[in-house]
Amino acid sequence: MLDIKSLSIGFSSYSFGLKKHTVLAIRSLDLSVSKKEVLAVVGQSGAGKSLLAHALLGILPRNASLSGDLTFKGKKLTPKDMALLRGREIALIPQSMTYLNPLLKVGVQIARAAELSGVSPKASWKATLEALRRYRLEEKIARRFPFQLSGGMARRILTATATIGKADLILADEPTNGLDQATAGETLGHLRGLADAGKAVLLITHDIEAALSIADRVTVFCGGVTVEEARASDFNGSGKLRHPYSRALWDALPGRGFVKSLPARSPISSSGGCPFIFFCEKSTPLCEGSLPGIKNLNQGCVRCHHA
Amino acid sequence: MIMKNTLILFCLKKILRLMLLMAAVATFSYVLVSFSPVNPVDAYLGTAILKVSPEQREIIAKRWGLDQPPVERFFNWASQLIQGNFGLSTIFNEPVLSVIGKRFVTSFWLMFLAWTLSGIFGFVLGVLSGTFENSVLDKSISLYAYTMASTPTFWVGMVLLTVFSIQLGWTPVCCAWPVGLSPEQATLGQRVHHLVLPAFTLSLIGIAQITLHTREKTIEAMNSDYAAFARAQGEKDLGIAFRHALRNVLLPAVTLQFASIGELFGGAVLAEQVFSYPGLGKTTVEAGYRGDVPLLLGIVIFSTLFVFAGNTMADLIYQAVDPRIRKTGGLI
Repeated sequence: MLDIKSLSIGFSSYSFGLKKHTVLAIRSLDLSVSKKEVLAVVGQSGAGKSLLAHALLGILPRNASLSGDLTFKGKKLTPKDMALLRGREIALIPQSMTYLNPLLKVGVQIARAAELSGVSPKASWKATLEALRRYRLEEKIARRFPFQLSGGMARRILTATATIGKADLILADEPTNGLDQATAGETLGHLRGLADAGKAVLLITHDIEAALSIADRVTVFCGGVTVEEARASDFNGSGKLRHPYSRALWDALPGRGFVKSLPARSPISSSGGCPFIFFCEKSTPLCEGSLPGIKNLNQGCVRCHHA
Repeated sequence: MIMKNTLILFCLKKILRLMLLMAAVATFSYVLVSFSPVNPVDAYLGTAILKVSPEQREIIAKRWGLDQPPVERFFNWASQLIQGNFGLSTIFNEPVLSVIGKRFVTSFWLMFLAWTLSGIFGFVLGVLSGTFENSVLDKSISLYAYTMASTPTFWVGMVLLTVFSIQLGWTPVCCAWPVGLSPEQATLGQRVHHLVLPAFTLSLIGIAQITLHTREKTIEAMNSDYAAFARAQGEKDLGIAFRHALRNVLLPAVTLQFASIGELFGGAVLAEQVFSYPGLGKTTVEAGYRGDVPLLLGIVIFSTLFVFAGNTMADLIYQAVDPRIRKTGGLI
């Protein structure tokens, strides 16, 4: 469904003396997701995960520049295509209630999403009520304002809004952020359900445990670079993980007793080397000098000179 | 029931605040006026000052109570005020309230027209400017707004007067109706003709603030999370502006517009002075120059009430329109 090869996103800014600087937020990102599959993109905060979603929808800020190969349904994606595809074929499930207009009734917002995805204005209200039913919400919820919703209801509304247009690729950006266990579980269940119904789901999150509970495959993201692609089942502590960063992430989980502490955020290396060199036990001058290429390993991929 | 109780509480609070405000304004303005270097008797007599003997002056002063100490005069005035007696205007020889009433009607149309025009145009320009941030349109609107925000009203008035009244001769040079006619004789057309230029001046200036404010709020709304989500659904910039941003921008704009009634008053004083428009603003200036203390204080109190009413309306409208406040039934 979606194939991304060496995607990079940079932001240009002007400093004193009108000198133009470009800061690379994503250096090299590779991933692919096919239908009926949930691919989790995990990484720490600041790794550039949310940017990925915005890039796919073509809603990056104006000073952003993008390069790399994006293929969607076998066709190369250009920024122009993105503008046409967003909402219709690629839909975003945003991370919080602030993504709903506070002064507009939720039914109106869902109906508008339906219209934008190609449902006729006449049929959009019916579609809205159907979408509400699908997520076990009463009809009267449509006449409520976002501030009158509970956290769980708001999540369901966001999911309903994103999925009303029958988009084939669903981007879920931190869908479990700030939710209690039960609501988070329900939200993840919806995502799994969407994948089982034939859609491709890209789950962008920092919550590895949540991701593992529904994902088929996991892409690990560190300092703007994809470092590993693994099957969800590889995260079981049996040493199947291919990259030292993935192992460190796994070991840092609460269930694993916080074995290793990770730095608060991986600095985005400007030298062009591996983003994990500052914390890696195996790092050598080679790692510092050049970014390793992607290697296939045990039915997954890894980007490490030592793997 | 809760709704009703909170409404009553809201009104009581407002009335209490208004009374405190009135007392404070009355006291402060009285103190200010009593420090004024203008001697009311001299100002009243004007050029006749040479023909009047010191004895006669004393009689006038005594009749006006100027022989009493200021604190005593204040309490005399305040106690009459509470009973609704604003006193006599010395320059018009009429009750203060009737002078204010007549002059206010003249001013009202000027202010109302300027206020409505600047509100509508300012809002539209602000939304356009904010929606197309950094475009040529935005830059020209901003340039206009910043220029007008930093231009004095009287100067704009004089420029317009020079161009439209003197050089082009399209509009009259002064007054609210043709010179030589009484207000009753003037036709509606004549009055409107005299109203156009002062109202235009006030709106030109008034647009600036509401435009800049609306522009900021629109930019904020266009960069909000809900705008990003709408964009992700395929909504275009204009759609986001009209379907999403507009609602969120309208509320603060309405509040600002009602709160700006006070500034409108200040602007009217200057514009009326330039155009010799016989409204409340010009009367204020005359009362100040000619030491008409009862009229001046009466206008101060009246304008306090007017501005307070504007702010209260802003509060009420906010509550009626914003569902977040309305649905929870919370007033203030």
